[in-house]
Amino acid sequence: MSGKPIRVLVAKPGLDGHDRGAKVIAQALRDAGMEVIYTGLRQTPDQIIGAALQEDVAVVALSCLSGAHMHLFPAVVEGLRKQNAGDILVLGGGIIPDEDIPELKNKGISEIFTPGTSTQTIIDYIEGKVANS
Amino acid sequence: MFDSDVLESIKEQGQKYNEKLKKLTAKRPERQPNFSTDSGIDINTVYTPEDIAGQSPNSFPGEYPYTRGVQPNMYRGRLWTMRQYAGFGTSEETNKRFRYLLDQGQTGLSVAFDLPTQIGYDSDDQLSMGEVGKVGVAIDSLLDMETLFDQIPLDKVSTSMTINSPAAILLAMYIAVAEKQGVKQEQLKGTIQNDILKEYVARGTYIFPPEHSMRLITDIFAYCAKNVPSWNTISISGYHIREAGSTAVQEVAFTLADGIAYVQAAIDAGLDVDEFAPRLSFFFNAHLNFFEEVTKFRAARRLWAKIMKERFGAKNPKSMMLRFHTQTAGCTLTAQQPDVNIMRVAYQALSAVLGGTQSLHTNSRDEALALPSDSSVLIALRTQQVIGYEIGAADTVDPLGGSYFIENLTNQIEQKAGEYISKIDDLGGAPKAIEFMQKEIHTSAYKYQKDIESGAKVVIGLNKFQMEEGRPKDLLRVDPLVGRRQADKLAKLRAERDNEKVQKLLKDIEGVAGTGENLMPYFIEAVKNYATLGEICGVLRGVFGEYQQQIVF
Repeated sequence: MSGKPIRVLVAKPGLDGHDRGAKVIAQALRDAGMEVIYTGLRQTPDQIIGAALQEDVAVVALSCLSGAHMHLFPAVVEGLRKQNAGDILVLGGGIIPDEDIPELKNKGISEIFTPGTSTQTIIDYIEGKVANS
Repeated sequence: MFDSDVLESIKEQGQKYNEKLKKLTAKRPERQPNFSTDSGIDINTVYTPEDIAGQSPNSFPGEYPYTRGVQPNMYRGRLWTMRQYAGFGTSEETNKRFRYLLDQGQTGLSVAFDLPTQIGYDSDDQLSMGEVGKVGVAIDSLLDMETLFDQIPLDKVSTSMTINSPAAILLAMYIAVAEKQGVKQEQLKGTIQNDILKEYVARGTYIFPPEHSMRLITDIFAYCAKNVPSWNTISISGYHIREAGSTAVQEVAFTLADGIAYVQAAIDAGLDVDEFAPRLSFFFNAHLNFFEEVTKFRAARRLWAKIMKERFGAKNPKSMMLRFHTQTAGCTLTAQQPDVNIMRVAYQALSAVLGGTQSLHTNSRDEALALPSDSSVLIALRTQQVIGYEIGAADTVDPLGGSYFIENLTNQIEQKAGEYISKIDDLGGAPKAIEFMQKEIHTSAYKYQKDIESGAKVVIGLNKFQMEEGRPKDLLRVDPLVGRRQADKLAKLRAERDNEKVQKLLKDIEGVAGTGENLMPYFIEAVKNYATLGEICGVLRGVFGEYQQQIVF
């Protein structure tokens, strides 16, 4: 790892208000030495893309428990690509049915973390990906 | 409670016991260096009369301060209401699930609304895309509400509606549907959650700034006191505070602090405390730490009784009784080995029954994966029925009362929650202490997660006794076309209704929103004429503005 901390945007797309997981992960990433920005609730994909560009992050971590992930997650990846920011790593988490995961990955979400994932798993994943890229 | 000679003798025996214990544990250390509840209250090896010395004996059930229950004979008279929270897709689909549950012996309805409905957007709004019908049923207008309660007699069932920011409008729709069924307002029984403060603190489905939300709530209190006397006008909810990660002590403290704010707001609006307070109800979580949960309910009841009597000068005993619904803790369910969730739910449900709940929802085994399927919601309901009918748990009142441990823990939770309430009072009350509460909850949530990851807290299947397993195959999938169907239905509605009249009624609401006049009659008139939820909330957004969240973590 080089000296520069990894910048991560933790975002809650859609209308879902359950942000316990998002905040816990934000805190865990921060404790692991990353710079973390949390968007707060009810962000549209466009708002998330805007924040990611403005904050110049390496990673966008999306959290959704409402079932709207198929609509919201790919929209963020696509929007980033359109802004020539396709190199930003996009992760998803929440209550995501197994059968949705292959399609989300096809659409460019790098990894999906479902309930029960340890924060260390996510930290290791981000450090592995961002250091290797 | 015991005479001093007896206590003296117990003290001597206790000293001998402790010496013996010390030698034993020096040779053979205990499983953990220390034992404590989830709220961090130390647990002794054993409890004796010494641990409740100096406490006044408990009252009987049905008597102030109601530690042992709000009715004299509790479940010997009638079991708690078995009320499964349900709703998904369209009103047609949810109506089917309701009738299925009623056929299986459920005794009350509990409506889950989708997020656009909870946040006051119509299904065809841009912001509703992807969310329609997903976590609950989509309700745009009275038309949907009519379908939702089709063939369900509203004078016979009691209905709980989990709706907060736009609660007044959904209640207006319920009243309007009842009228169409020929049921009078005064016959209606049920609850609207209507607890906006916990939305800012923990759950996030707010629309308006706190002061305007509080006004809508006091409008409901005043309207129902006169017109819908059997309706529970609010369900002050610790459930979501706990789901967001609070401890049991914080759950009691923050919920009652929110309750204090509502009572104060209503008094400030000119209502008499004994006029509205009997219709206040509460909603708690039943989490995993069994004895702490049982005592949490007992402590909450005692604390609220004292608050109502001593702080607000309530005279009517009904104003002092904390009646509550309980839901087992969704956040304790695991995606790993989902059948283990059936056991978790059963113990949580038992703690709620031993704690004296009036109404109960048991979660389904597959809820960490999806909305529950028919078969898993049936097991969840049967779990309640086993507790109610087979194991004898409902045959005497407060069966754990008098246990040295239970009484000691009840006292400690009451005391610690009381300290939090004083702190919130110092901050100017719950509406001003939103960020303080958020921070406390987040700190607890983070600690809980760290304890799981370090193994200090065991979660079967997750960090101990793991196994390779496939996911269940029969998970419920909401039809992806529901959003489309709702949008078509809305287009047809807007084409067929008397739009001139709807516009006039929306203008009336806009005018009254800026005054102190009660909005309820205007909402009822507007929904009867098929003004949509999104249209009415849009008008209110224009007058009240929208709440801007402060980000705290």
